[in-house]
Amino acid sequence: MQETWIILGATSSMARALSRKLAEDGHAVFLAGRDMDDLRRQAADCTARGASLAEAVKFDARAPESFAPILDRLADQEGMLNAAVFVGSMPDQADIDADPALVDGTITDSFTGPARFLQMLAPLMEQRGGGTVVGVGSVAGDRGRLGNYVYGSAKAGFHTYLSGLRNRLTRAGGHVVTVKPGFTDTAMTWGIEGMFLVAPPEKVAADILRAVEKKKNVIYTPFFWRYIMTIIRSIPEPIFKKLSI
Amino acid sequence: MRWKSDRYSGWGRALVAEGDLARPERISSLKDLPPTPAIGARRSYGDACLNSDGRAIDMTRLDRIISFDPETGRAEVEAGMPIGELARLFAPRGWIPAVMPGTGFATVGGCIAMDVHGKNHHNAGSFGAHVTAIRMIHAGKAKTVTPKNNPGLFRATLGGLGQTGLILSATLQLAPCPGLSMKVRESRAGDLDEHLALLEASQAPYTVGWLDATARGATLGRGIVEEADHSLDPAPKEGRSKSVPVDAPRFTLSKPVVKAFNARYFARIPESGRTRVRSIADFFFPLDRVQDWNKLYGKRGFHQFQCVLPHSETATLRGMVQTIAESGLASPLAVLKRLGPERAGLMSFPMEGVTLAVDFPNRDKATALIRDLGQRTAAAGGRVYLAKDSLADGDMIRAMYPDHAKWVETARKADPDRQLETDLVRRLNLRSA
Ligand SMILES: Cc1cc2nc3c(=O)[nH]c(=O)nc-3n(C[C@H](O)[C@H](O)[C@H](O)COP(=O)(O)OP(=O)(O)OC[C@H]3O[C@@H](n4cnc5c(N)ncnc54)[C@H](O)[C@@H]3O)c2cc1C
Repeated sequence: MQETWIILGATSSMARALSRKLAEDGHAVFLAGRDMDDLRRQAADCTARGASLAEAVKFDARAPESFAPILDRLADQEGMLNAAVFVGSMPDQADIDADPALVDGTITDSFTGPARFLQMLAPLMEQRGGGTVVGVGSVAGDRGRLGNYVYGSAKAGFHTYLSGLRNRLTRAGGHVVTVKPGFTDTAMTWGIEGMFLVAPPEKVAADILRAVEKKKNVIYTPFFWRYIMTIIRSIPEPIFKKLSI
Repeated sequence: MRWKSDRYSGWGRALVAEGDLARPERISSLKDLPPTPAIGARRSYGDACLNSDGRAIDMTRLDRIISFDPETGRAEVEAGMPIGELARLFAPRGWIPAVMPGTGFATVGGCIAMDVHGKNHHNAGSFGAHVTAIRMIHAGKAKTVTPKNNPGLFRATLGGLGQTGLILSATLQLAPCPGLSMKVRESRAGDLDEHLALLEASQAPYTVGWLDATARGATLGRGIVEEADHSLDPAPKEGRSKSVPVDAPRFTLSKPVVKAFNARYFARIPESGRTRVRSIADFFFPLDRVQDWNKLYGKRGFHQFQCVLPHSETATLRGMVQTIAESGLASPLAVLKRLGPERAGLMSFPMEGVTLAVDFPNRDKATALIRDLGQRTAAAGGRVYLAKDSLADGDMIRAMYPDHAKWVETARKADPDRQLETDLVRRLNLRSA
């Protein structure tokens, strides 16, 4: 069945991989982000791959006034509405240490911006009695670490938000999948030291769609990150606080 | 755009570069960038896609379809688009890239910069013959180049090794693709004469010969000729792709193993030949099913020698095949193909005749042999393919490419400070006339 997907942060390579798969299955995709030139290219790509509709829409997590017009466009579409959220920003922790004002932007991009958008979308989904929200969090949200705890805490907040939203939408026939990718081969990780077991974005996208289909609640992708994070979470705090991993 | 310091190589893994790579995901990342060589999927064997101690832009993430007209089969795609992906996406809608190299991982940018040929070169010409426009950064400006608005630059860019500027996207005229499968006729050729005769006589749109480069004596030059056409039959299901996880030990491709493998590979086909229906990917990109098969050659990597010889030089070809067979160095991957006269670019490889391609492990004996084969090619008025080369000599190459001087002039205007040079271009000193 053809459905409609809104993809927030659509220029990221994970989002691109997901939107392509959705397009090839004939769904309608709204590609939301800031770089309109790039989003238009992406929309053309989705159209050529078979999307029933592909449109670039302006979305800025820090500009909530950009949200309502998107929701109006979505409301015009018939059938189930779904959302996939890939937005987020991860400045260097050192830059944040130098300029604590960066905390606000990081949290807006990675948590409160998308949460507010989803909060506005939820009633529409409830009205239509279903649909899926895919929220991309991060393994960094599972435990605060020296290297990126501001980003990590924003993602942790987002995880908790998604868990609550799941609780809510389930009652209306909807579903929420929380996705925690490990290291993915994207522009964000390109050339960063210490990356290992880096997964291609296409693999993450395939995992996401499988999770949507099987109505999984929380997935790690690739799957082995679940074990890695189980270990990391189980390290007692008195020891963990001295580690730099 | 972040730069990553890396050690990287071409498909043959024999030559390695250390340098900085960026991999943009948006066109806007390329703004205000000083001239920098672009690379694709690094399916060139040697050093065409390397820039030691310098920077290079990996284009593989700029891989979108910008437009597609299902009526005319015209598609504009970004340079990083893999050719096999185009086949996968458009074949169900009746269109396919008019020319495809033997790997679907090659990008459109790489196919233009090498003006690649396919199994249909004798009918369809080279890749560039089906490119109607190239969007590129030329001398600091983004522009669209067509055969009409700038024929000189267009022809210098096809097969131009990236030396005329960075290719952003290209408009391709796809070819009609009536079905989702290929009907493939396989015939045994008992010796070289029969092999060449079968290639010559073939009326099929796609023709290629597998060469048993270990066969000697009366069976010298034997092989299997595949002739194929599009088919409406349902395509057989493709097996899952496999991968080679680690470098293989040296005996994997040793002489007795290759000899035994080739004998069985040949005998698989009944004497009377056979006809099979294969999927498009399986026919055009048979090697892609095994990911990273280049690791089969071990850490030191391998070379491919590919030349084309005019039809009149059958004796030279026979001599080469004989030397290769006697050396016992060849791998099972050896190909004979007929090429037509058409070449779209000034530095394009094809010429009317027969092309021979053979893989060799990277060992001293093999490199000496490849150099010898290069000299014989030169003496016979043939040409060595730069997409495969890592050992040739610059003067020899210049003599083989008749429009080289003209190309140098256009490349100089595009890139006066030679900032686009790659390892191959430097090694062969190609930017000097
Ligand atoms: C298994 C296998 C089979 C093959 N079969 C064939 C065959 O049948 N016929 C044939 O002709 N070739 C064949 N090749 C060779 C291959 O098609 C070419 O080497 C092709 O150029 C590879 O494309 P690429 O994207 O990997 O480019 P790369 O190898 O990364 O680069 C090749 C050249 O293109 C330039 N380039 C790449 N992208 C751009 C860009 N965007 N802008 C400017 N310059 C650019 C690079 O600078 C370099 O000079 C085969 C290779 C393999 C591994």
